[in-house]
Amino acid sequence: MNPSDNDKIFRQEIADWMAGHLRAEFAVLQHRGGPGDEEAHPALRKAWERELAAAGWTGIGWPTQHGGRGLSLAQQVIFHEEYARAGGPGRMGHIGEGLIGPTLIAYGSVAQQQRFLPRILDGSEFWCQGYSEPAAGSDLGNVQTRCWQDADGHWRVKGHKIWTSLAQDSDWIFILARCEPESRGPRGLAFLLLPLAQPGIRIEPIRQLSGSSEFNEVFFDNAVAQADHLVGAPGEGWRVAMGLLAVERGASTLGQQMHFAHELELVIEQARRNGSDRDPLLRDRIAAAWCGLRVMRANALRMLASDGANDTLSLSREALIYKYYWSNWHRDLGELAMDVLGPVGDVPSDDPSIRRLQQIFFFSRADTIYAGSNEIQLNLIAERGLNMPREPRG
Amino acid sequence: MLTTMSYAPSTSDVAVNLAFNDEQLMIRDAAADYLVRASDSAAVRSAMVAPAAWDPAVWQVVAQELGWCGVAVGEAHGGLGLGPVELSLLQEQAGRRLLCAPFLSSGCLAVTVLNECADSGLQDRLLPGLAAGQCQLAVPLATSAAGWTGDGVSVAADGSLSGTVSHLAWGATAQAWLVPAREDGAVAWYLIDQAAEGADLQALESWDLTRPMTQLQLKAARGERIASPTPQQADRALALARLYLAAEQLGGAQQCLDMTLAYLAERHQFGRPLASFQALKHRCAELMVQVEAARSAVYGAAFAAAGDADIRLDCAAARMLAGEAFQRCAGEAIQLHGGVGFTWEYDPQLYFKRAWASRYVFGDASALRALIATDLLADP
Repeated sequence: MNPSDNDKIFRQEIADWMAGHLRAEFAVLQHRGGPGDEEAHPALRKAWERELAAAGWTGIGWPTQHGGRGLSLAQQVIFHEEYARAGGPGRMGHIGEGLIGPTLIAYGSVAQQQRFLPRILDGSEFWCQGYSEPAAGSDLGNVQTRCWQDADGHWRVKGHKIWTSLAQDSDWIFILARCEPESRGPRGLAFLLLPLAQPGIRIEPIRQLSGSSEFNEVFFDNAVAQADHLVGAPGEGWRVAMGLLAVERGASTLGQQMHFAHELELVIEQARRNGSDRDPLLRDRIAAAWCGLRVMRANALRMLASDGANDTLSLSREALIYKYYWSNWHRDLGELAMDVLGPVGDVPSDDPSIRRLQQIFFFSRADTIYAGSNEIQLNLIAERGLNMPREPRG
Repeated sequence: MLTTMSYAPSTSDVAVNLAFNDEQLMIRDAAADYLVRASDSAAVRSAMVAPAAWDPAVWQVVAQELGWCGVAVGEAHGGLGLGPVELSLLQEQAGRRLLCAPFLSSGCLAVTVLNECADSGLQDRLLPGLAAGQCQLAVPLATSAAGWTGDGVSVAADGSLSGTVSHLAWGATAQAWLVPAREDGAVAWYLIDQAAEGADLQALESWDLTRPMTQLQLKAARGERIASPTPQQADRALALARLYLAAEQLGGAQQCLDMTLAYLAERHQFGRPLASFQALKHRCAELMVQVEAARSAVYGAAFAAAGDADIRLDCAAARMLAGEAFQRCAGEAIQLHGGVGFTWEYDPQLYFKRAWASRYVFGDASALRALIATDLLADP
């Protein structure tokens, strides 16, 4: 049996499982809960995580010795594509499975792995990421949240994190905090794990221009992290965090084009419905959007080809442009959607398929800002892809 | 009808692995190594003003010693039995170095028309000579999105051909011309010997001196019908033609970016290299995004074309994206070279003219998008 037969069988297995399980009480989750739609049914999506976990669909890329299935990058892409094709909802566990889990596997102690990995895998604990601060956005190294060790070895944390998505629905947070008071920039940082349910932590939602509140502020006032919940050594926090950011480009983003294809279908459906599919300029833009989907697919396959052997995603040219490309494609799709809708789009709609497009339009304005803004991406592309001189520091 | 979801992994998509094998990398690297010497700026400038606009010695190496024209010809006909991926890799290098030789026309397009559309007897007769680089055929670079319709050339009851074939690149150096004609309401391909009576070849002036254009006037000229393609065969031949031009344009776009980067690194103003100015870093980064997007489209289409997938829309997309990337990169190359970018002496002008001269070939960007939209938005 050749590899492509195996792939076909695997796709069918996922498709069949999704058809069998994304139904009944979970049917309402179909195509919901993605970026910009994260307020959709969080409790039910947590239950969905447990449904996935029971069938072994969580941690599929994790090494088997840590409870995962050890699937290759290519197989993970297949899973994420079929999951999205079936309309699988946005994953409440994506930060645990895709970010902190792999970080603990790479940098965590055995005790940390044993304490945290199983509960990520079984959908019983949920995580959020505490990196950005008001004074440390693009310049993440400018972290000001402070941490220090008490006599009992516990870490105390005082500071303020911002843009923390899913904090209100999470149990734990991982943070970068400054443990060496005189240090500046990425040196002297610590990577700490904290439970959110404690007196020293307060979460405030941020209202976004879209009306929803995916993002939060998290205030730390004498918050506590256990002594053995420091990942890596004190002062090594940046290295741990950067290792994690490489992982962030993981297999799940390669499957996102399936979700984007679904969104373009929604746009086309509206265009047919209101006759704007006859407008030559809109037809031109729809065709261009479709071509962009093909670019993203082929680009992802190139990324797999150059790094799939290592099961990592490095900074090859195709990897460097990826975030910039998809986020701007998505922002353009949002504008196209509104132009297809015409004046109807200017009124918040009760029609879910129109409302979805309006959500995409508003939330996609954030796509080119978070996870490395356009401007930062262009710097990175120029510096790492084109070997142009680095930006001077102040 | 194509839906966006039907773009999603099909049987052949699943098998697509966009990793070049060792042989493909060798072909690419050998081509790059040869052309960087044999088709450098001086060689191009010398060839483009030479009689017939080429250095025949370079063509001889490419076609005969290196065997490029046989890459996609079957082994039974003396070729390497490879295909679209390898030809695309060669075309990318040819485009990078503005190779002044009829490789697109003879090694890619003529081979493709014969492979896809001609019956086996004619393939047996014609492919070996092409593969060995002994025979050079010229094929028109159709400037309509409809491709090779045969419009403009009719076939009389006695089988003779009359009309005009324009955009016949490398017509003057070819032993014969492979032209589409209109016959019984469909396209038929005819082979016309360069010495045929009633066939009058005129040189056309082009801004792009690196690709000499001719026009062929036919008055009851004799030719040999070598293919009456089915619609599927014609579609696939056109798709491959778009792919090969796209690969050439991709190479040209990359070279524009590279030469710009080299200039920005060297050129100092205000006490520092131009490359250190963020505005220019961002301009170049945007070009890289556009080039890599085009590259993904071209390679994706090439690997799909190596199988039996329906490649019409992927090749149209690749052609559209590569053409736009090339035009933009060439224009930016002029701009980012500053004053010298506007001179004859510096090379951006050569790429700029090649980019703009090829923009309509096999369909311009907006015509290609219209074609894709028609498929995407056809009544369900």
